Amino acid sequence: MSSSSLSTETAPATPSSAPPRATRDAFGETLRRLGADHPQLVVLDADLSESTRSAKFAEAFPERFFQLGIQEANMLGTAAGLAASGKRVFCCSFSCFVTGRFDQIKVSVAYNDLPVTIVGTHAGCAVGPDGYTQMALEDVALLRTLPNMLVLQPADDLETTQMVEHLVTGHRGPAFLRLTRQKVPRVHDAGYRFVPGAVDPLRRGSGLAICATGACVAGALEAAARLVGEGLSPTVINISTLAPLDGDGLVAALASCERVLTVEDHSIVGGLGSAICEALAERRPLRVHRVGLREFGESGETEELFRKHHLDGPGIYLEAKALLAEAPR
Amino acid sequence: MDLDQLVRTLEEKAPRYRVDIVEMLAAAGSGHPGGSLSLIDLISTLYHHALRQRPSEPQWPERDRLVLSKGHGVPAQYAVMADLGYFPRAQLWTLRKLGSPLQGHPCRSWLPGIEASTGSLGQGLSVAQGIALAGKLDKGSWRVYCVMGDGETQEGQVWEAALSAAKFRLDNLTVLLDYNKLQIDGFTRDVMNLEPLADKWRAFGWHVITIDGHNYRQIIGALDEARQVQGRPTYIIAHTIKGKGVSFMEEQVGWHGVAPNREQADRAIAELRTRAGLPLTEAVR
Ligand SMILES: Cc1ncc(C[n+]2csc(CCOP(=O)(O)OP(=O)(O)O)c2C)c(N)n1
Ligand SMILES: [Mg+2]
Repeated sequence: MSSSSLSTETAPATPSSAPPRATRDAFGETLRRLGADHPQLVVLDADLSESTRSAKFAEAFPERFFQLGIQEANMLGTAAGLAASGKRVFCCSFSCFVTGRFDQIKVSVAYNDLPVTIVGTHAGCAVGPDGYTQMALEDVALLRTLPNMLVLQPADDLETTQMVEHLVTGHRGPAFLRLTRQKVPRVHDAGYRFVPGAVDPLRRGSGLAICATGACVAGALEAAARLVGEGLSPTVINISTLAPLDGDGLVAALASCERVLTVEDHSIVGGLGSAICEALAERRPLRVHRVGLREFGESGETEELFRKHHLDGPGIYLEAKALLAEAPR
Repeated sequence: MDLDQLVRTLEEKAPRYRVDIVEMLAAAGSGHPGGSLSLIDLISTLYHHALRQRPSEPQWPERDRLVLSKGHGVPAQYAVMADLGYFPRAQLWTLRKLGSPLQGHPCRSWLPGIEASTGSLGQGLSVAQGIALAGKLDKGSWRVYCVMGDGETQEGQVWEAALSAAKFRLDNLTVLLDYNKLQIDGFTRDVMNLEPLADKWRAFGWHVITIDGHNYRQIIGALDEARQVQGRPTYIIAHTIKGKGVSFMEEQVGWHGVAPNREQADRAIAELRTRAGLPLTEAVR
């Protein structure tokens, strides 16, 4: 990148001092808080209520919590029926298991256009030692294909809370909320307002843009800080609404960028990287490089897997440098 | 091997396998002790009595096949496989580590001897059915065993396979249910009751046998009986105790998916060895 692309802007958004939290924790607490004022709220789980944190709601409102046992397909159909009868339904499991029942999601939930939020926790390879069968690496790809599905993935606890509020009080149709098992650092400051459907630029720069989602946003900021230290000024965008992706907003946020790195704890096929390629190809084609999983997941510690797949700060930095080093096409 | 000698062998091996399971999970720092310990007597008896396999030739075409549908219990299978020489014992301590063939849930492409990758509950019986159908097509004499969990049995797909395996008259297919009465969110009877379970499988057309899943003679008897049944699959309901053998884990829902720390593992190993009359000081690894 030439020095002319250096941004005149100041330091990158610095993560706040709030302690790291798992987005599933913020979800469980918010759902419980909202339960009191929203009698139409009903929550379902499939033998993972402690892990998904839906147990928080179950404790407070046992009559509006239904334990389906290990029956994700049955849970989704039941959610659809409840929602068709005026309830606002959250159905929860590990993302791999609940989105694995795609036909039930497609036909019973989405095609009926019902206010069911599918909550998939334990997203991505971050699940770690349990290995591939417990990892959702294809969930965004699947759910993004449904025309009315709002696909959300928060970057931190603050954003999670606001998303859950929107899903309970605002949104009218089906939604998918993708949450982490692991703790993630706070990337927003206290004044942040989640706008459904909008891209969320965390740092405005030029030349290179890093678009990240979920647990990878903090690493993107870390990589950006290193690049800033080298005199560069990358743009960093949190994409927390993965579908429908705001293509026009994205192009606007990328106005002074020529190269785009996408980072997600998900397969590089069909997720954030693909969504960005699609949006840009139709509007303003840019060189895009996708960082994510290119193979099945496997057992390992979360940090090891993030290192292996370049999903952490140092890995994203390396990918950014490689992309910047490419000769212009 | 005559029956008494076989039972003695199984009795001698069981505490060692349990120690290995505890040590493996402690080394891994994560995993599922409860459902591995409830399962080990069934798995051990399967390998030592029923399964015709060649550890040095895991793909031997005439082998009997085992599908561990409740994949999270795989430490029990790994313990027996290591003992039989499928892989070096030292690999046990790499369980769940990056690059280890001992994945957190069994994976067919990582470890020879694993017939089917599992870990998403409810899928194994259908896969076992497919293997059994292939056995019929190829006029193979080998048998297929599928080991399942009680919580797992809530999955709708299990009941689809219950229908179809009876339709296909798969008398080369045997299910062993590790009926330990617990799952993650509590007792199976509270989460989603399965009873009357024997009646259900009988009504679906299966030959049903109910046993104590920690009694080797009963397990052997049921496996032998299943081999004699013609024209329908067999469903063995093995009543078990989750966490069996480690007193502080037994029947504790909290020990489903949490590994023991070093101190807990040492305590568990000491208890297992004391009860079996094994030397307390011997190194596990
Ligand atoms: C489809 C699916 N849903 C949820 C899970 C998460 N999960 C892992 S073990 C388990 C409980 C299993 O209970 P059970 O079958 O009784 O096993 P055991 O008691 O023998 O450990 C659950 C819900 C899963 N692995 N697969
Ligand atoms: Mg059980």
